[in-house]
Amino acid sequence: MEMCKSVYEKIIEHARRETPLEACGYLGGKGKTVIEAYCLTNIDQSREHFSFDPKEQFNAVLTMRSKKQLAVAVYHSHPVTPARPSQEDIRLAFDPEIINVIVSLAAQEPEVNAFRIVKGDVTEEPLVVIEGLCEEPENRERRNGT
Amino acid sequence: MIMRLTINGEKKEVAPESMTVTELLKHQGVEIPDMVSVQVNGGFVERDAFDSSILKEGDEVDFLYFMGGGCFA
Repeated sequence: MEMCKSVYEKIIEHARRETPLEACGYLGGKGKTVIEAYCLTNIDQSREHFSFDPKEQFNAVLTMRSKKQLAVAVYHSHPVTPARPSQEDIRLAFDPEIINVIVSLAAQEPEVNAFRIVKGDVTEEPLVVIEGLCEEPENRERRNGT
Repeated sequence: MIMRLTINGEKKEVAPESMTVTELLKHQGVEIPDMVSVQVNGGFVERDAFDSSILKEGDEVDFLYFMGGGCFA
């Protein structure tokens, strides 16, 4: 999975802003390339749990659709625990199509990892942070002449 | 007979020509309907009304999985 650096920085900043509560949101893009973060409200307002607000969730998806983006991933933060899925994350991962990104603030430097969770099976998804412009993959390929 | 619906933004044809939200979710491969939120023509459908909400030709149906988790072990 590829993620623009500005998105990477935005979700870390969101996690820091919400700490000690968990932060959450969608990551929109195309294919496996994330080009935009949609910061959502954690309606649980909890240090240990998050749930999307369904109304915001639908609005975010409709916005992505209007921009011809897909919901590539969801992200949430672990303010004091590592960037790997908890049992609760695994139990509540119902959408097999979406990638789960976890931002950990447990160490001095933030850590961001991505996982696919399908019926309880967790597979780490390599995460590549792209420097430079945040743009759709086909535009980047066109600009690079590839 | 078939019914034309827009499902998560995509125009699709489904059979039969009449089905409930629960039947559509099953048709779309949703294994746990209690873990999705559904909007029909922009309005939320309560979960306890999935069985009784009948879809009609041209409806726009969106369904999204519950998204949640936690950091406790």
